[in-house]
Amino acid sequence: MAEGIIPGLVKGLATTAKSLTRHTHTAEYPDVSPALPPRSRGVIALTEENCTSCMLCARECPDWCIYIDSHKEELPPTTPGGRARQRNVLDRFAIDFSLCMYCGICIEVCPFDALHWSPEFEYAETDIRDLLHEKDRLGAWMATVPAPPALDPGSADPAEVTAAAKPARGSAGAAAAAAGTRGAGAAARPTRVRRETTTPPPLAAPEPAAQPAAEQTRVMPAVERTAALPAAEPTESLSAAEQTSVLPPADGAEAERAADQAAAQGDSTQVLPTVSTDEEGSE
Amino acid sequence: MSDLAPWLEVVLRAVAVLAAFLVLPLLVGQTEHKVMAHMQGRLGPMYAGGFHGWAQLVADGVKFVQKEDITPARADRWVFRLAPFVALIPYLVALAVIPLSPRVVGADVDASVVLVLAVIGVGVIGTLMAGWASANKYSLLGAMRAAAQLVSYELPMVLAVASVALAAGSLSLVSIAEAWNPWWLLWQLPGAVVFLVAALAELQRPPFDMPLADSEIVFGAFTEYTGLRFAFFLLAEYAGIVVMSLLFAVLYLGGWAGPFEQWLGWVWTVLKGFLVAVVVIWLRVSWPRMREDQLQRLAWVWLVPMALVQLALTAVGVVVFS
Repeated sequence: MAEGIIPGLVKGLATTAKSLTRHTHTAEYPDVSPALPPRSRGVIALTEENCTSCMLCARECPDWCIYIDSHKEELPPTTPGGRARQRNVLDRFAIDFSLCMYCGICIEVCPFDALHWSPEFEYAETDIRDLLHEKDRLGAWMATVPAPPALDPGSADPAEVTAAAKPARGSAGAAAAAAGTRGAGAAARPTRVRRETTTPPPLAAPEPAAQPAAEQTRVMPAVERTAALPAAEPTESLSAAEQTSVLPPADGAEAERAADQAAAQGDSTQVLPTVSTDEEGSE
Repeated sequence: MSDLAPWLEVVLRAVAVLAAFLVLPLLVGQTEHKVMAHMQGRLGPMYAGGFHGWAQLVADGVKFVQKEDITPARADRWVFRLAPFVALIPYLVALAVIPLSPRVVGADVDASVVLVLAVIGVGVIGTLMAGWASANKYSLLGAMRAAAQLVSYELPMVLAVASVALAAGSLSLVSIAEAWNPWWLLWQLPGAVVFLVAALAELQRPPFDMPLADSEIVFGAFTEYTGLRFAFFLLAEYAGIVVMSLLFAVLYLGGWAGPFEQWLGWVWTVLKGFLVAVVVIWLRVSWPRMREDQLQRLAWVWLVPMALVQLALTAVGVVVFS
């Protein structure tokens, strides 16, 4: 035995004896659920109300595992002499998780934030065909979507928030100013104002998922676009109200966030008429 | 016990030894599961039986019973089928004559040291039979390694035990343990080291598991075995650990010497043996497998001279102090 063998053997014994006294690293998974990092890619959840059946996700999906069926619905004109509108109605939204490779491209590409990552991962099936999940199951997973992580302290506000905080189009003088300048917006104004008063209750309502203002403001464009599709006023306000109720509410603890949110909402209500007028002008 | 009819006493003693033979190896096996797991930063079995997987080996036994008992087509059928028992039964006999205390012993034999050593050597014949009868080159290689290992390590082991017997002036395990006093820990230390190393090698335990060496020769002589026969080989390994640990405790640690040895003697023996078994497990976890030539070198260049030196030391000690 050359020199160094005995110290080596003793070192081996010491190492194993040391780890005998230490805590083990075993994850006792079924008994103890794992602490997943934020943005874990467990399953893809769907906010059905945000989906416009635009098919972007289905087309971008690398292995074509998203199935979307939709049909167009004619909405009658709401004003005498108005024009009937069409909107997409989502009939089927299914993701085949036996094909999905969890790349997240569909979530990235969705313009309306209808798709979200959920950390939920316990949906194994004994038959591979049972992994094709329809929109009700995908929608149920929305409850497990975590709030996006808070911004770093000292970071700049998101672009949506700064845009919303601009005083120029603030809600103060908007009603009077916009009424004179915009044609269609003038009719829309009262409903907007009314909706602004109705929005706080759903925000305060206790719902499982809580999302800060950044998420909220990003969802808002979806409100504009979907709301803009049916130009008729009552349905528009109805759908808008739907949208806002669908929005995951902010946690009431953060006063700043709530303030930002209010500002963003105010801004979106201001932007909405302009969009609708643009559309009406172009059509 | 002497009040009982002789045949009843024989039956009772046999049943007691058999119970110990079936329970103690499982205890050692479960200890190995848990100690090894924790030494490797794991938990080991946690579910079988409900509490920290205490029934894991029982469950394993049930699994082995359910498995198909395969005899290879080209195998030497009778030898192949007999081999597990040849490997297992010597340890049962050895366990019967190892005393846990002067009164708690399966069968008190006069020259029990000689009997134990002789019988333990027979166990390797089971491995040899298994390797030869399997008609498999890896099995044969494993069997040859086992035989070579036995030949190499039997000598230092016998020399080390001879030293103890010399010191005690007896070949009976009971007398040896009675003659033991704490000074032996120092006086017989080289012999104890030689005995422990040789025992590990005879049991084919890591770091001396070349006969099994699953990364080299599949599983050595046990490659072709399935089901219950394979389980018997595993049981033989753990029974071997029990026998060797108890033997070490009796020879070198004074067996039942300890507080209240009138009543708790056998407890002390079992505890000491258990401690040795834990050391055997510890060595397995800590050290890598040796190469075949390193193994032979260790036996002939180190252990045999050490055992001879111990023998001389003992002889000098016996002559000087008595």
